[in-house]
Amino acid sequence: MGRKAKFDETKKVKKGPGRKAKKQPDPVFKKSLLEDDEEPKKLSHRQKQRVARRAKKKAELVEKRKTLKQAKKNVAKQKEVTVEDAEDSSEEEKEVQGFTDDNKEWLKPKQKSKGKQEENSESDSGHDGGSDVEEESESEDDGKTRNENYKVGTLDDLFEDSDKENGDVSSEDEEASNKLAYNSDSDEEKSDEDEDDDDDMLPIEKANIKLKKKQKVDKQLADEEMQLNIAKQDVFAFPSEEELLNPTSLQDVQQRIKDVVTVLGDFNRLKEEGRSRCEYTDLLLKDLCMYYSYNEFLMEVLMQIFPVQELVEFLEASEISRPVTIRTNSLKTRRRDLAQALINRGVNLDPVGKWSKVGLVVYSSTVPIGATPEYLAGHYILQGASSFLPVMALAPQENERILDMCAAPGGKASHIAAIMKNTGALFANDANKERTKAVVGNFHRLGVVNAIICNYDGREFPNVIKGFDRVLLDAPCTGTGVIAKDPSVKTTKDQKDIQRCFNLQRQLLLAAIDCCNAKSSTGGYIVYSTCSILPEENEWVVNYALKRRNVKLVPTGLDFGTEGFVKYRHHRFHPSLKLTRRFYPHTHNMDGFFVAKLKKFSNVIPEAVNDEEDEAENEDVEKTEDDETRATNDSQSEESEGETTETKNKKGPLKRSADSKGPEPAKKKKNFEQKSAPGPVTPPTDGKNSKKKQKNKKKQNREVDKEKKTDEKSDISTGNQKKHFANKKKKGKGSNSNADESPGSQKVQQTPEKLEVKSAQIKEEKLNTSQSPTKKKKNRKNKNKQSEKNIPENKIASKKAEIPEKVQVEVAKKLKNKQNKKKKQIGQLNTKPPKQQHKQGDIHKKQFKKKV
Amino acid sequence: MFMFYHSVNLIKQKHIIKNVFSIGMNVKLLIDRPDGTYCFREKKDRVYYISERLLQLAQTVKPDHLVSAGTCFGKFTKTNKFRLHITALTYIAPYAHYKIWVKPSMEQQFLYGHHVIKSGLGRITENTPKHQGVVIFTMADVPIGFGVAARSTTECRHADPLATIAFHQADIGEYIRSEDTLT
Repeated sequence: MGRKAKFDETKKVKKGPGRKAKKQPDPVFKKSLLEDDEEPKKLSHRQKQRVARRAKKKAELVEKRKTLKQAKKNVAKQKEVTVEDAEDSSEEEKEVQGFTDDNKEWLKPKQKSKGKQEENSESDSGHDGGSDVEEESESEDDGKTRNENYKVGTLDDLFEDSDKENGDVSSEDEEASNKLAYNSDSDEEKSDEDEDDDDDMLPIEKANIKLKKKQKVDKQLADEEMQLNIAKQDVFAFPSEEELLNPTSLQDVQQRIKDVVTVLGDFNRLKEEGRSRCEYTDLLLKDLCMYYSYNEFLMEVLMQIFPVQELVEFLEASEISRPVTIRTNSLKTRRRDLAQALINRGVNLDPVGKWSKVGLVVYSSTVPIGATPEYLAGHYILQGASSFLPVMALAPQENERILDMCAAPGGKASHIAAIMKNTGALFANDANKERTKAVVGNFHRLGVVNAIICNYDGREFPNVIKGFDRVLLDAPCTGTGVIAKDPSVKTTKDQKDIQRCFNLQRQLLLAAIDCCNAKSSTGGYIVYSTCSILPEENEWVVNYALKRRNVKLVPTGLDFGTEGFVKYRHHRFHPSLKLTRRFYPHTHNMDGFFVAKLKKFSNVIPEAVNDEEDEAENEDVEKTEDDETRATNDSQSEESEGETTETKNKKGPLKRSADSKGPEPAKKKKNFEQKSAPGPVTPPTDGKNSKKKQKNKKKQNREVDKEKKTDEKSDISTGNQKKHFANKKKKGKGSNSNADESPGSQKVQQTPEKLEVKSAQIKEEKLNTSQSPTKKKKNRKNKNKQSEKNIPENKIASKKAEIPEKVQVEVAKKLKNKQNKKKKQIGQLNTKPPKQQHKQGDIHKKQFKKKV
Repeated sequence: MFMFYHSVNLIKQKHIIKNVFSIGMNVKLLIDRPDGTYCFREKKDRVYYISERLLQLAQTVKPDHLVSAGTCFGKFTKTNKFRLHITALTYIAPYAHYKIWVKPSMEQQFLYGHHVIKSGLGRITENTPKHQGVVIFTMADVPIGFGVAARSTTECRHADPLATIAFHQADIGEYIRSEDTLT
C-alpha cells in the first residue's frame, strides 16, 4: 500500500520516500574497530584483479617507452653537441639583433637538451640545478616560452617513473587539475610529483595529452615558420633574372608587388644592398603591367602621376566598376517620388551624397534599371556620378544660351536643360552623327524642348554661332579615368593617342572659349572636363588655353576633389591651376575625372605664340631650340636697351606681351613670317609698355563700344608698321656708310627725316581710303629718298609743301606720339584683320594634320 | 490662326491637325501659348514643334548639320499621311480628352508593343467612342503611349477578359526599340 493520495490542500503530503522505503542508518562502530579501519581499504577481489591487470599493462608500456627512448637518446646525443654550440653563438647574436624569432630558434634545441637532462634527472639532480641557473640568466621574455618547453619536457618523461603506484583513482583527477596549475610554475619537484600521478592516467587521457603536446609543437613550428616568412618579407629579396623570366603564378606577382611597394615606401631601410631605386621601380612596372594587364607606356605614365602606394590603390579601384548612379529628371519628377516609385519596383537605392540633389545610387535591383516604365517615361537617366560635376561647375542659369560642345549621348546636356528648366536655348553639338541620335532620343524622352541638336566638328563651331553665356566642353579623351568601364584603354593607348587627344582638346577648348561671350551679364564661363586623369589632357590643355586666350581660372564650386597639378614632371603650370579639380576612383568612388572652370574676361583673341606647342611635340628638339632662342632673346634685349629712345617696333620677333615666358623656337618663327605676315606685325615688347598696355586693356575691355574704333586703328597701324618695315629696308640700303654702326645711332641720325616722312605718310593715309596704292607710293617715296635724299621733294610728294619746316617737325612729333599710343593699344589688344586670323588658323590646322 | 510656315504645306497641315485632333486635343492650345509664339516646322518630312525664339537660333545652323530642334511631333509617310511619334507625348498627354489607365501587370506588356486587353484595363474615360485616339496612362498617371480605342466604354463593360480594348500605336518603349527612327 502506498501513500494515499490526499487532494485537499489542507493536509500536506509528506515529501520524500515512504516509511517502508526508509534507509537504514549507517552502522556505528567502536572506536577501536574504527582505528583499524583507517588503514587502506581492502580491495575487493575484482578490484584486485583490475589493479593487477593495470600494473601489467603499465609495465609493458614502460618497456616499450624505454626502448623508444633509447633510440631517441642516441639521436639526441648526436644533436646535443651541435646544439650547444649553436646556443652559445645564438646568445651572442640575440643580444645584438634582438629578434624574437631568433630566440625561438635557439629555444628549440634547448628543449631537446632539456629532454636529455630530464632523462637523467632522477639520477643526477645537481645537473638540473645547474641548467636552471643557466636558464635564469637569460632574458625574461624567453622565460614563458621556456616554461612551456619545460612542461613539454616533463610530459615527455611521464612514463619513466612507473614504479610508483597510486591506487586511489579519485585522487587522480585532483592531481590532474593541480597539474595545470603547476605547469605555469617551473617548480621541478611538483612536476615530478605530477609525473608520478600521471602514471595512473587512462590510455585515452594519455593520448589526449600526447595530442595536445603534438599540437603545441606544431603550433610552435608554424609560428616559427611565420616569423621566418615575416623576416623574409622585411628583407625582400630581389628576384633573379630567371625568376623574372619564368613567372610562377599571379599570386606570386601580387606578393612581389606588395613587397616592392613596401620596400619603396621605406627605401633606405629596406633596400637590398647594391640595388638602385630604378631597378625596383622597373620591377614594379613590369609586375603591375603583368598583373593588371596594362601596356608599359600607360603604366609608366600612371606611375608618374601617382606615388606607388596610391598607384596600386588606383589600379585596384580601376578593376572594380563604380556603383550605378541615376540622375532624377527634375523636369518631370522629384527625387523623392522617383525613389519611392523605384523602391516599389524592388530597387535598392540611396541618395548619391549631400553634394547632389538629383543623384541616386542603385545598389541592387530586381528589374533592369534601364528599362523600367519610369525610365522610359523620362523620370531619370543612367549617368555616372562624375558626370554631374561639370554641369554643377557650369552652374547654368535660366534664360541663358548655353553650348555643350561634345554632347553625346546627352546626359550632361539634359542636365543643363533640367537646371535651366527648359528656358533659354541649349545647343547640343556632337561631331559624330550616329551618336547625335542618342542625344535626340534622350532629349525627347526627358522632355527637353529648348534644345537645338547639331552635328558639327567642335573646332568649327565659332564659325557657326558665337556669343554663348556658358560653354561646356566635355572633351573626347583617352578615357584613363574610366578603365573600369572600358578596359581596352589599358592596352590600346600609346604616346601618339595621347598626343592626338590633347591636340584635339586644345583646339576644342580654344574654340569653346571663342564661342563664349565675355560680356554676358550672367555668364562668360567655360567648363572644361575630361574623363581622363592624365595631366597632358587636363592641366596642360587648360594651361595652353590660359596663354592663348583672355581667360582665367575660377573656383569650380565643387567642394570636394583633389586640386589640379601645378607641377608635373618638368612642367610648371600656372599657379591658378590648383583651382581645377581632379576626381579619382580610389578616393572619391567615382570615375576618374577632371573639371576646370574658366572665366572669359575679354572677347579679344590675343596673338598666337607657338612656344609651348613645340614643347609638346618634340622634347628632344626643344632643348636645342631653347638654347638658340635664349641666345636670340638676349641679343634682342640688348638691342631694346640700346633703342630706348627710339620706337621699339623694329624688333623682329613675335612675342606675347604679358606672360609669355617661353622663348619661341626659331623654326616656327620663320614659318610664321613666311606664311602669315609679310613683315613684323608685333607690338612693342618693353616692360613699361606692356604694363601700360595691360592698363589700357582693362579699360578697353570695360568699354564695349570702343572695339570698332580700335579695329579701325589697327588697320591704320598695320599700315604704319608696314611703313616701318619699308623704312628699315631703306636704311639698310641707303646708309651704306653707317652700316657698321649700331642701329641706335643710325636711327638717331635719321630721325628727322623719318619723322617727316611718317607725318606725310599718315596724312596721306587719312586722305586715301584704300591702302594698297599708298603702299606703292610709300615705296616710291622711299626709293626717291634713297636716290636723292631730297626733303622738299618728299613734301611735294605728300602734297604738303607749304608747311614750314619747324611746324612740320612739331606736327611730326605729335603724330609720332599719337602713333605710338595707337601702337600700344594695338599691342595690347592684338586685334588683327580677320583674314590674317584665318591664315593663322589654317596654319594651325596644317600643323595639326602634320602631327597626326 | 495657326502659325504654320511654308515648309509645311496646306495638305500636310490638315493631316497634322486631323491627327492631333484624333488624339482629342486642340491644336490651338499648342499654338497660342502665353509664353511665346510656337510653330510647326517641317524638315525632311519630320514635323518639329518649336518656339519662334529657338527657331531663329536654329536657323544659324546649316540644314545639313541640324539634327533636331525643339520637339519632333511626327513624320509624313511616303503617302503623305501624318504619323504621330511617341516624342509628341510630352505635349499631348496633358491635354488629352480620352484616357485609358492600365494595371501594373499590363504596363510592361504595353511597353513591349502589345495591345491593351480587358484584363489589363484599370480605368477608362467615360463616353469614349469607338476608334477614338486615346492616351495610355499607368495607374500612377504616367503617360506611356497612345493608341486607338477598339471598343467604346460601354462595350468594354461586357467584353471578355482577353478582348482588346485599345490598339497600340506608340509607346515609350520605342525610345529604346527604335531610337534611330525617332527623328
